[in-house]
Amino acid sequence: MRAPLSWIKEFVDIPAKVSADEISDGLIRVGFEVEEIIYQGADLTGPLKFAKVLSIEELTEHKKPIRYVGIDCGEKETRYVICGATNFAVGDMIVAALPGAVLPGDFAISARETYGKTSNGMICSARELGISDEHSGIMVFSEADAKIGADAIEGLQINDVIFDVAVNPDRGYALSIRGIAREVAGSLGLKFTDPVDALRSLKCSETGKGVSAKIEDKSSASVFYLRTMSSFDPKATTPLWMRRRIEKMGMRSISLVVDVTNYVMLELGQPLHAFDKSKIKGGLTVKRAGKAQKFVTLDGQERTLDPDDLMVCDDDQPLALAGTMGGLSSEITQATTEIALEAVRFDPVCIAKNSRRHRLSSEASRRLERSVDPSLAEFASARFVQLLTSHSSAVHVATVVAGEPLYPPVVKIDPTYISRILGFEVSNADVARILRLIGCDVDEKNWTVDPPSWRPDLVGVSDFAEEVARMIGYDKIPSILPPRPLHASLTPTQKRRRAVATMLASRGLAEVQTFPFTNQETIDAMGFVGERASTYAIANPMSEEFPLMRVHLVPGLIEVAQRNISRGAKDFAIFEMGSIFRSAQKLVSAISPDLSKRPGQKVIEEIFASVPPQAYHVAGLLVGKVENENWQGKARSYTWHDAIEYAQDILALCNLEWSIKRSDFAPWHPGRCAELIVDGKAVAHAGELHPRIIAKYGLPERSVAFAVGLSALPDSSLVRPTRVGTMPAALQDVALIVDEKVTAAQVQAALTEGAGDLLESISLFDRYDKIGDGKISLAFTLVFRAPDRTLTGDEVSAMREAATAVAAKKCGAVVRTA
Amino acid sequence: MRQEDVSQWVKDAQSAFNAASDLDSLKAARLAHSGDKAPISLASRTLGSLSPDEKASFGKIIGDGKAAIAEALAQATEKLEAERDKKVLLEEVVDITLPVNRRHRGGLHPISIIKNEVSDFFIEQGYAVAEGPELESGWLNFDALNIPADHPARTMQDTFFVEPVESGMVLRTHTSPVQIRTMLTQTPPIYVICPGRTFRADELDATHSPVFHQVEGLVVDKGITMAHLKGTLDNFARHMFGPDVTTRLRPSFFPFTEPSAEVDIFFNNRWIEWGGCGMVNPKVLQSCGIDTDVYSGFAFGMGLERTLMVRHGITDMHDIVEGDLRFTRQFGVGL
Repeated sequence: MRAPLSWIKEFVDIPAKVSADEISDGLIRVGFEVEEIIYQGADLTGPLKFAKVLSIEELTEHKKPIRYVGIDCGEKETRYVICGATNFAVGDMIVAALPGAVLPGDFAISARETYGKTSNGMICSARELGISDEHSGIMVFSEADAKIGADAIEGLQINDVIFDVAVNPDRGYALSIRGIAREVAGSLGLKFTDPVDALRSLKCSETGKGVSAKIEDKSSASVFYLRTMSSFDPKATTPLWMRRRIEKMGMRSISLVVDVTNYVMLELGQPLHAFDKSKIKGGLTVKRAGKAQKFVTLDGQERTLDPDDLMVCDDDQPLALAGTMGGLSSEITQATTEIALEAVRFDPVCIAKNSRRHRLSSEASRRLERSVDPSLAEFASARFVQLLTSHSSAVHVATVVAGEPLYPPVVKIDPTYISRILGFEVSNADVARILRLIGCDVDEKNWTVDPPSWRPDLVGVSDFAEEVARMIGYDKIPSILPPRPLHASLTPTQKRRRAVATMLASRGLAEVQTFPFTNQETIDAMGFVGERASTYAIANPMSEEFPLMRVHLVPGLIEVAQRNISRGAKDFAIFEMGSIFRSAQKLVSAISPDLSKRPGQKVIEEIFASVPPQAYHVAGLLVGKVENENWQGKARSYTWHDAIEYAQDILALCNLEWSIKRSDFAPWHPGRCAELIVDGKAVAHAGELHPRIIAKYGLPERSVAFAVGLSALPDSSLVRPTRVGTMPAALQDVALIVDEKVTAAQVQAALTEGAGDLLESISLFDRYDKIGDGKISLAFTLVFRAPDRTLTGDEVSAMREAATAVAAKKCGAVVRTA
Repeated sequence: MRQEDVSQWVKDAQSAFNAASDLDSLKAARLAHSGDKAPISLASRTLGSLSPDEKASFGKIIGDGKAAIAEALAQATEKLEAERDKKVLLEEVVDITLPVNRRHRGGLHPISIIKNEVSDFFIEQGYAVAEGPELESGWLNFDALNIPADHPARTMQDTFFVEPVESGMVLRTHTSPVQIRTMLTQTPPIYVICPGRTFRADELDATHSPVFHQVEGLVVDKGITMAHLKGTLDNFARHMFGPDVTTRLRPSFFPFTEPSAEVDIFFNNRWIEWGGCGMVNPKVLQSCGIDTDVYSGFAFGMGLERTLMVRHGITDMHDIVEGDLRFTRQFGVGL
């Protein structure tokens, strides 16, 4: 919302010594962020004169139209200037910058030779003067507006300060000069004159019968003022001062009638709509569209109405999309002589819905959906009558009113609550003074407060507390720490996530965070099927490229890897932690309990249950060499077992035990993927990526990845350590020949089972696959230790033989002899 | 055997040890002068045949002589070992400036680092860290926070909706639904922070990202005032931006707080908008079943990307979201 200082001053007595910065600070202090202070005219110096066009010579020998124009600037002789615009005629008034003038952008005007003529100045467009973005031609005026030779800087009221103010949605009243001026006055302690006060006594005499007004759906609007006017001469033009104010607000001057509706809206905050009365069949009614039908709005767009759209209709058809935009068929034209002026206090939600359904946000809808002062339907429409009758031949015919304004209810408050919530002492007298300052009527005996008509947001004592605080100043709030609760810590889950991330980071993996979006092509390319491929679709995605929620972390890691590779990286390891979104659960219809009190426990649980589980994973992608190659020599490439080791390290860090088996699982190589199982549940997969995926995404051959479902891991149980044995250990090596289809894990499990309780550890120290005949050799070191004695050679041999016996039985293992 | 003989043996040994030029020749000298065949060793073997008186006097003479020889040997050994170390270890010199960047350097994402830092700061003050789902019920994300459907406040946040739209399921636009979840499942006193990933349909540019992170704080207890909010924010700001930072509260609007404020920080000689805050709107407390006659609360929320960018002078959001290792590795694990 823009607010020119010259306009604010109409309602606030601002002493000359108060600077624009002080006004801006004052607005910020009471909650109105000033996004920009525009010093209009600060970079403009004259002479800038109104002049009359006396002659136009078209210079046709140039590529574009060029005019050599004689103008009367009130000087003795005609002044000649070159002009490239063509939107003016002899007799028009224009603005000329004379030599010596400097226009915005440090553009100095001087007499100069151009197009074979001497140009003694320049005819200006609004943009060249820095007063609007309008550049479709030069500014043209009528002689009624501008006197020949008069100073145009003064005439156009260029020197002004314009505040661009951000207005929060609860303060619809401040989308008007009236509202902003009230805040400036309140913040700086200056006198405010409400423009509405002057309108209360305005009488509009009845000279005939007006168009009738009706509100069909009482919940959609409270009050409807319809003022009928006639005898309007469509040739009437907008006075220059009004046109300039509208332009300063960032809008365009269109025609007198439309300009007055806009002017009143900007001044008071009530959107108005003027109909060409001759196009109205019968009376006007605020009602729903009722059925889907075509409707053309003022902007020329044909729209299909929703049956629920709120419309202003005549006896035959809808004429306006209520509070949002008028219709083309009844708009004010250059032939309009009779006007029906509508001012309605619409229900904010109805207008918000109109605006949203048609993706049409207008100056009117923006104000109405934020609530408009219900008293304004009367006063703003009266202001329209006042302005139009004084600037044209129009006369008031009749005013018809439907409904009545609905004011915010009186509230009973406890003034001491305000000090209690703010944390510093505010006397009851100060509370009353401030609430009166913002327009409330306060009964200090009973502490009932009647909020002003423009403040429907003041409903509870907290709302009044904010008013008191902002008028006293938030800087007066002391800084005190709250009482500290006794103790808190991260939850075990949070600690575990942090430990896993830190472990991976300190072991050379860099954490990345990717957007959790994906697409069907990626899901298919990864080879995900069934419930691992099903996910939620975003109804309004940023781009059609990524319309789905991710089902796995690896695709995001691949994308980041590609980006790093394209920027020159070769050997690296990355990981990501985050949620994935598989749609195992069908979404139910929204559960929306009443908000006046806590919903029942069953409803709360239903709401929680309606949100699908979102598994939390960690995944890593390892690309290229395990180490950086440098003068120390070559390094080996990452291989399937590196990925498995990271996955196991994560489980080990969480103090879990797991079993391992080979798995054919996307997006991994079907022969080189390990599945880690904890408590019978597959919780992690790791190994080499599928060669098809590696090729498709241009990753280095045999890139590897791991993924661990962190949220699927059980809690760590309390550690019950075994006593550390201090007796000597006995080492036994065994080499076993097995079929190559037998896994190392199977053999190790069999040996462990057979070796008995005194086996302290077992490790594979050699694997030899060159035996042939489909056989391999696996060599293990078994470490035995008794808690209470040194084991004898016989005992150890017996245990070794027991171990190999079970391996022979379960795995067909044959002890390899030297 | 005389005292003079022993003195001579000692002198011989000392000069032989001193004459040794390296440890090998010292070894030969040691064998000659203190080995089994050395004169003093042979002499000490004859002690057994002497009378008790002689045994005592000569025993002492020989003992003293042996000690003197041992002392001389130790000195010579130490000297020669030092000489050897000096020479040999110098020959083993390496260029320890050779680059030994063999292992890949990892690191945490800076957003994780700042999230951990904020969490630790508040945990130390007794706050728990609460979390919730990213795909969230619209009732928890909006309605329970006093943001009714069709209220202009809802259009302040460009929300990602999920099919079917009737489910009301959204990608949470803030971490505030975690506050609601906390108030629906716990009873005051409540001291929590809610860090997490949030979503708004903003195009990715230098300062915006459709996916970003927030940390919110919520306190509900007896007698909580706006002064407590201010004190907490001052403390938090000093922790994040250093002891010289100052904060400013400006009146603002959020449906879930009343009074509401924006919190600005004065950092690097300018005011920077840091986040939003306020006293929890009694309507919100009531819909969570908290007795507003007994309890009041405050809440605040900041963007973690914004905090990171301001504090570290990061000028482009792309660096934070793209995952380029050259960016991430600069942060280590944040210690």
